[in-house]
Amino acid sequence: MSRHRIKDVDYDDDDFYDDDDVTADPEEQEFLQQCTTAVLQQLNAGQPSVTATKEEVQDALWHYYNDIEKSVNYLRGKREKEATKLQKSKIQPVPAYPAPPTTAHFSAADFFRDCPWLNIPSHRKSEILIEPLYPRLGLLGGAPENGGKLSKLAALAAARKKKDGEKAPSQPETSTPSTPKFEQPKTSSLDHPGTARSLRDRLAASGRSTPKASEGPASLRRLATPSSSSHPTPKRPESESDTEKPSASDVSESMQRMVLEPKEPEPQQPVPTIRALPSTFASTIVGAATGPTAAEPSHLHSNSSDLLRIYGQDHAEPFDFAAPSPDDVVLNAQNTAKGMKSKSAASKSAAIKKGQSDIAGGMKDLSVGDKVTVQSKNLDVLSEYKKSTRKRSANFVVIGHVDAGKSTLMGRLLADQGAIDQRTLDRYRREAEKIGKGSFALAWVLDQGSEERARGVTIDIATNQFETDKTAFTIVDAPGHRDFVPNMIAGASQADFAVLVIDSSVGKFESGLKGQTKEHALLVRSMGVQKIVVAVNKMDTVQWNHERFEEIEQQISAFLTTAGFQDSNISFVPCSGVLGDNISQRTDDPRASWYTGRTLIEELETSEPYTHALEKPLRMTIGDVFRGGVQNPLSISGRIDAGSLQMGDQILIMPSGETATVRSLEVDSEPSDWAVAGQNVVLNIANIDPIHLRSGDVVCRPSSPIPTITSFTAKVLAFEHLMPMQVDVHRGRLHVPGRISKLVASLDKASGAAIKKRPKIVGPGVVARIVVEMDQAVPLEAPTRIVLRAGGSTVAAGLLE
Amino acid sequence: MRCIKNKIEHNGSGAVTLCPDEPEDMWHAYNLIRPGDILRASAIRRVTTVQDTGSTSSARVHLNLIIRVKNLDFDPQSSQLHVSGQIMNETAHTKIGQFHTLDLELNRNFTLEKEVGSDGEGVGWDSIAIESLKDAVDEGGKRRAEAVAVVMQEGLAHICFIGQFQTILKQKIEMSVPRKRQGGGDHDKGMNKFFKVTLETLLRQMEFNTSLTSGANNEAVRPVLLASPGFVASGFQKYIQSEASTTTPGLKRLLPSLVVVHSASGYTNSLSEVLQSPAVKTILADTKYARETKLMDDFLEQLRKETNKATYGPREVEYAVEQGAVGRGGGVLIVSNRLFRSQDIAERKRWVSLVDRVRDVEGGDVRILSSDHESGKRLEGLGGIAALLTFPLIEPDLDSDAE
Repeated sequence: MSRHRIKDVDYDDDDFYDDDDVTADPEEQEFLQQCTTAVLQQLNAGQPSVTATKEEVQDALWHYYNDIEKSVNYLRGKREKEATKLQKSKIQPVPAYPAPPTTAHFSAADFFRDCPWLNIPSHRKSEILIEPLYPRLGLLGGAPENGGKLSKLAALAAARKKKDGEKAPSQPETSTPSTPKFEQPKTSSLDHPGTARSLRDRLAASGRSTPKASEGPASLRRLATPSSSSHPTPKRPESESDTEKPSASDVSESMQRMVLEPKEPEPQQPVPTIRALPSTFASTIVGAATGPTAAEPSHLHSNSSDLLRIYGQDHAEPFDFAAPSPDDVVLNAQNTAKGMKSKSAASKSAAIKKGQSDIAGGMKDLSVGDKVTVQSKNLDVLSEYKKSTRKRSANFVVIGHVDAGKSTLMGRLLADQGAIDQRTLDRYRREAEKIGKGSFALAWVLDQGSEERARGVTIDIATNQFETDKTAFTIVDAPGHRDFVPNMIAGASQADFAVLVIDSSVGKFESGLKGQTKEHALLVRSMGVQKIVVAVNKMDTVQWNHERFEEIEQQISAFLTTAGFQDSNISFVPCSGVLGDNISQRTDDPRASWYTGRTLIEELETSEPYTHALEKPLRMTIGDVFRGGVQNPLSISGRIDAGSLQMGDQILIMPSGETATVRSLEVDSEPSDWAVAGQNVVLNIANIDPIHLRSGDVVCRPSSPIPTITSFTAKVLAFEHLMPMQVDVHRGRLHVPGRISKLVASLDKASGAAIKKRPKIVGPGVVARIVVEMDQAVPLEAPTRIVLRAGGSTVAAGLLE
Repeated sequence: MRCIKNKIEHNGSGAVTLCPDEPEDMWHAYNLIRPGDILRASAIRRVTTVQDTGSTSSARVHLNLIIRVKNLDFDPQSSQLHVSGQIMNETAHTKIGQFHTLDLELNRNFTLEKEVGSDGEGVGWDSIAIESLKDAVDEGGKRRAEAVAVVMQEGLAHICFIGQFQTILKQKIEMSVPRKRQGGGDHDKGMNKFFKVTLETLLRQMEFNTSLTSGANNEAVRPVLLASPGFVASGFQKYIQSEASTTTPGLKRLLPSLVVVHSASGYTNSLSEVLQSPAVKTILADTKYARETKLMDDFLEQLRKETNKATYGPREVEYAVEQGAVGRGGGVLIVSNRLFRSQDIAERKRWVSLVDRVRDVEGGDVRILSSDHESGKRLEGLGGIAALLTFPLIEPDLDSDAE
């Protein structure tokens, strides 16, 4: 046997013939003598006591590399087999526990044990015994086989053997110190074979279902419940011999024994136990190998339904999967020996556990297909929301005519509040100056698009967050250009209140008033915004002229009042975005001493907390569909209009009618488990094709879907003449073409009563009920605020009925 | 369309033989052919014969069939006209009274005959029909002016062919372009992809040959109008330029015909704005649709002013005509040609007589707008008929007969 193996490990054959066969070494002889006595003692002491000749014992010891326990088991088994043969006619006693299937008991060694082959040279026999089973449970860890090195697993096996062999509890002292001797020379190379082995085990466990693979689950179980190395192990003679002869042969032998063990039904010596010993029959059947299990009264063993035991696969017993994994044992041994290692066994076992669950999970995922299932935490979102101690949050939209300085003002605000760091700001400044747009540096905080920067115009809305002591603000910076009013509408639909930025410089204010200043103000009002803060910007260009400010204040407040804002909800702040005056800090310009009111940030903080329809069914308009990254291949963002959602929820996308699963979600760029109405969220979703997602679609629950309609009646306030005409219908990001098909009636502003039925045309400022038809089905439901635009201007806004 | 033979009698009956030679002619045919007419055209019919033994065999036979039209089906996108009706001539393979659907084909003559029935069964070649025929027959081939318009916005493009009489939406491109995000560069990537797809589709629809070697190089390129709000169209132009200078030099031929104009949105709604833009007006000056668009704008302007000198809707216009408001000195009757396509003969007669009255009796101007144009679509919204009046007219309350 050993010869063959030595060949395997590429040692010079001759050397090892000498080493093994020539037993002239007095030390070895003495050791052999010791072992023989030990075996004989055990055989006698055991139940039933067995007798064996010295030659037999020595022969067995030779075969088992001086392993006392195995030799004992082997000899005992041999005797018992002979005894059974003789007593075949006798009544068979009922086994103490269900007889394990005998097929599982099969092992080549056992099967051929009493055949004459046993006497043939061992190197031939070994081929039969080992070859076919080698790969199954063998240690493929690739232990270093050159001189003096001992693989981790070999070392483990040694340690285990030692412990198993220990009958007297006095032994650990000798066995533990011996372990480091094995390992110290090559601790660095230890980890890899071990991990490879355990990984393979686990893979085999989850991947196969052959009877033999039942070790798999066992190994899993063991990994899941790693115990300390306090497993009582029998003393192993090698521990002594190692010290004198840490030769390569020894190392490889011990390693190879590990290899062999799983397959050979090496009957193990029942150690003194609290359990009754198995009956003769049982011992015969199970090969007297109940030893370790009986010997170990550990709770780890007793409470688990060990598959190994059920199937009686005692031939796998030497691995004793309920015990710590080889890695653990080695590491424990190292730890006890050296006191401390950098990697603790606990963390290692935790890592193994994790890895194992990962792999198991991965396998499960594979088998299920590409469906992603997300476990919902089944939170009661509303109570979570009440419990949470978030800051008051407020969203506001920044509106105004193009070039009024909206983005710059907000850039300044963010810079002052520390939401943007100085280094980034300096970089923007440098880059902006490089292309000759130095004054746009602050705006670049929000204007991230390349086109926006090149042209110096905000094109799409940008959101950003900052916090004051009291409130967490979300800025929605809207574009001022008339072509991008649809984007501004999308931004305004996310806002609780608005900041209207006005360019106070000469001429600009007047042109702005004709342009988007008015349109934006009307739009935000018609979308339900109540409070408006007017930032009279660029005051430095008019030398902080008080009259100028008052003139603007007068004109704007008159206009805003007619637009439907209440006086108490309008406030004016003179400021300068470029210089940062009256934004966060009061200006120190002496020319502005006339202003004693609040700064912009103080004005923002006076906003009332806003309530949202938390209890209503979920509605969220998709603002953007994008790839969130490798982890989140598909993400959607938007603001929840009503209701709440949490991780793992099924959501329905309308009008496509496809469902998706929320993998995870972010609230204001922070990961969260849930979100409620009023929050800006990013949903990372799965199980849906991106073609079903467009911005403007509505997310709802499958249980309460939003209806899709092709025509609706709305009560609108006309900003321009309305007649049967083609219009664009806007609601948040939703933008669809439609046409006014019928003017039902013009209505009285105050009472809502019809003034004229079927008017031919509805003039500006008149409230009318109209019917709008659309070519495609659109998710809309009453009451929703909609905006109708035509030819680049807003013609009406109102409420769906 | 070429007129091969014209045999229209004074009483309005008679037949014309026409040869359609471009896809838009199908649209003209669609306007000319009415239910009840007699149409003779070549057809391929599958004939199934049953042998005495009961076995069947079917064969395709080429026939010249005469049918009495029952129904018309026009597919504007592919410019195909299917006319179904009952067969009137006996052939070896068909019986009288069997149904057949004729697919009119390009460059194959067809003969259309209209009858004047004594009992008002048919209306023959009335004034509208003769006018349509005049529109349809283009002897000089002079109204080839056509433009391609790409109306786009972020992630959305409509490729339209603007013909003399119809605007065909050839293809809609819709793509999800990620919005700008904090620190994300997906937007530019998405836009590039969007431009790429749009250009590919445009070239395919135009049947534009990008290879440099082909003999098609001298072929005139139709003007291509790129319209969008904001900078999308100019971005697309830039993209085409960069493509032309790098990967596909064949595109250089296209570059001079690109015109970037502004539109309010990426939907076909804004085509009217495109057609009115000064840049386009110079290219497509004095084409029929440009005039139509202008007319509609004038009308809407008049309506906006609330001078009561403009009215719309069937009843209102009829009332105005009765009052003599659509007469000499600025009275214009604007009618969508959809009204004349009505299945109901009485309905058609109603509109034809109204048109004849305005033109011949009142002396007003009559404009028939193509319902397949942007202006026609706007008119559709108003009920298909509108009128500019010579004097302000306040209509009596017509609520009573509102449905």
